[in-house]
Amino acid sequence: MSIRPSSLMISAMLLLGAAVVALFVHAYSSTDNGLAARARLVGQLGLTDLALFTEARYTRHPSQADLHSAFQDHPMSLDHFPSGSLVSPPRHNFAQPAGVQQ
Amino acid sequence: MIELDNVSKVYNEGRVNEVFALRDITLKIRADQTTVLKGPSGSGKTTLLTLIGCLSRPTVGRIHLEGKMVSGLPEKFMTEIRREKFGFVFQRFNLVRGLTVLENVMLPAYPLGLKYSTLRDNAERLLGDVEIADKAGMKVENLSGGEAQRVAIARALINNPDYVIADEPTANLDTRLVGEFLKIVEKLRTEGKSVIITSHDPRIWQADVVDRVIGMEDGRVIDDGIAAT
Amino acid sequence: MNTSFARQRYLMDFTLHSMLRRKGRNLVLFTVYCLVIFILASVMFFGQAIRQEAKTVLADAPEATVQNLVMGRHALINAKWVPVLQNVRGVRHAEGRLWGYYYDTVNGANYTVMVPPSGDAEHQLQPGEVIIGPGIVANRSLIRDKYLFLRANYGEIFRLKVKDRLSSDSALVSADLLLMSEPDFRKFFQLPDDVFTDIGLTIRNAREIPTIIGKIGVRVPGSRVVTRSDILRTYQSIFSWREGLLLALLGASIVAFVIFAFDKAAGLSGEERREIGILKAIGWETSDVLAMKFWEGALVSAGAFLLGLVLAYGHVFFFQAGLLEQVLKGWAVIYPDFHLKPHIEVLQVVTLAFFTVVPYTAATIIPIWRAAVTDPDAVMR
Repeated sequence: MSIRPSSLMISAMLLLGAAVVALFVHAYSSTDNGLAARARLVGQLGLTDLALFTEARYTRHPSQADLHSAFQDHPMSLDHFPSGSLVSPPRHNFAQPAGVQQ
Repeated sequence: MIELDNVSKVYNEGRVNEVFALRDITLKIRADQTTVLKGPSGSGKTTLLTLIGCLSRPTVGRIHLEGKMVSGLPEKFMTEIRREKFGFVFQRFNLVRGLTVLENVMLPAYPLGLKYSTLRDNAERLLGDVEIADKAGMKVENLSGGEAQRVAIARALINNPDYVIADEPTANLDTRLVGEFLKIVEKLRTEGKSVIITSHDPRIWQADVVDRVIGMEDGRVIDDGIAAT
Repeated sequence: MNTSFARQRYLMDFTLHSMLRRKGRNLVLFTVYCLVIFILASVMFFGQAIRQEAKTVLADAPEATVQNLVMGRHALINAKWVPVLQNVRGVRHAEGRLWGYYYDTVNGANYTVMVPPSGDAEHQLQPGEVIIGPGIVANRSLIRDKYLFLRANYGEIFRLKVKDRLSSDSALVSADLLLMSEPDFRKFFQLPDDVFTDIGLTIRNAREIPTIIGKIGVRVPGSRVVTRSDILRTYQSIFSWREGLLLALLGASIVAFVIFAFDKAAGLSGEERREIGILKAIGWETSDVLAMKFWEGALVSAGAFLLGLVLAYGHVFFFQAGLLEQVLKGWAVIYPDFHLKPHIEVLQVVTLAFFTVVPYTAATIIPIWRAAVTDPDAVMR
């Protein structure tokens, strides 16, 4: 007596569904992973950025980058470094300079 | 009882290749009888069969099934009636490839959502009735012509219809299998089912089991008589 | 209710049998779909975790850094501005910061060279000593008490003793850091005593920051202030849908699905058409045929989506996004070890599901619509 395909499929889906629920539980209940160590170092050294991409200064320290380092040649030019497609120039570069009286 | 009242069927209406498949058919098909529609190809017998079995609608005229008009019903209701009242055996059997014999027989009942074990038992019983129960787990591609026909008949009976419709059932079969087929028709008759067959095989319309033979030509009924016994 | 569920199960049975008939093709389809989801979800999970990480970890970044802009570019700032800034009301402490970049020709890596602030007792250094980040350790196979040789631009080679290394847990913020003493830094980069890279401010009350910025703008002409909230906002848009990679991937996957849908819609095979005709003739309604086809699309897409999601989660959070490394690394020689804390943004997951499951399922149903609706007598002819 062979098993109905729908039985197998429903079981598989329920299993996958359970796995996804387990993911969420894992994510919301997981612990530190060194987060505290990183936060502490940031406070001690006064760091301003994550060390994600070390190729160029505007991807290594995007928050400190001035407008020109992000755009190098001009705004529409191709990125010199691949990581530029993952990090956009920070928005505060385009904001009104603080201190301008309204 | 199925009543056709001045029914005509036109294909490709209004176009260059317009064809009058049926003209002014008025007919009463009684329940509990075996009826054969005979005629050359192009005579309209297959078209008449599709109208009787609620597979399509007439262009002109009305069809009543057991007193209720069915020809003007929306598709959903026609499908329901077709499922409940009619069982079809197609000329080329039209079994679904890739499925087993048992699954093919169960197929028409899928939309009803019956309990699986009940449906399976019914299907197995029907396969036993047509003497092919041993091939229940076989894929239909591997069946012979005669075996396929028996499966097609079992499939037609799964919903316990009142009317069994067969379109040229012996056209693609060996001579000796004609007898087998007629034995099954006899059995259906004793169960109180109405059988409507189209055929141009004289052995069919001359068989003892046939109650009535309707001759057709050019979309009209030319001959309507009680079969010679 | 029972009948309804039983009916759907039968339709599922039929569709699965139908799909098994073309096992190879359907397996390839499922695998490709799963792969697309895997890639998209990996980048998505990675991005979500990074954003959350930045939010948490950079919460203690300096409240404000004051930069000097010359011709629109970040330039060194004069030390005379430190006491000026210290005197601005609301500023608790102002300190000149020294940091910059050094390109190591030996291994083609960029280091961030930095002088620890005076208040950081743990990392204070004597001239001739350095503390190095875990990425540099990995790259140059250095351990404590060994020496690091760096060549300055003007030619002199510095022999620096590695006093300590930063923990590997901190890699995400410190992978490329090279901490050195102030005298060494100034000598190495040939900086006079009266300049700093920028000036870091500690501000008592965060709500006063806009006012303080206004005052700085007046008292330190040509300056630019980057606040902590600016820093945090920078990282909230990183790896988001707006950025190149994710958008390109999503766009590519949508195009892929559209192509697939177009291909399917362009021609229902004769056999498929005939099969639908048979089903209708034997008593299946249009809704049954459509539901059956719906299951074909839904089961493949939902199954592939869930599987891709689970695999992506494992890939990012148990295998440190190893496959993404090749893409994200770009030209960087130093790449931090990612042990990110898992973080899932439900809205993003739902968006991903919507833009993949829905088009695929629609692509399966729409082409057969016409065939499903036609009169079944066609099968008799």
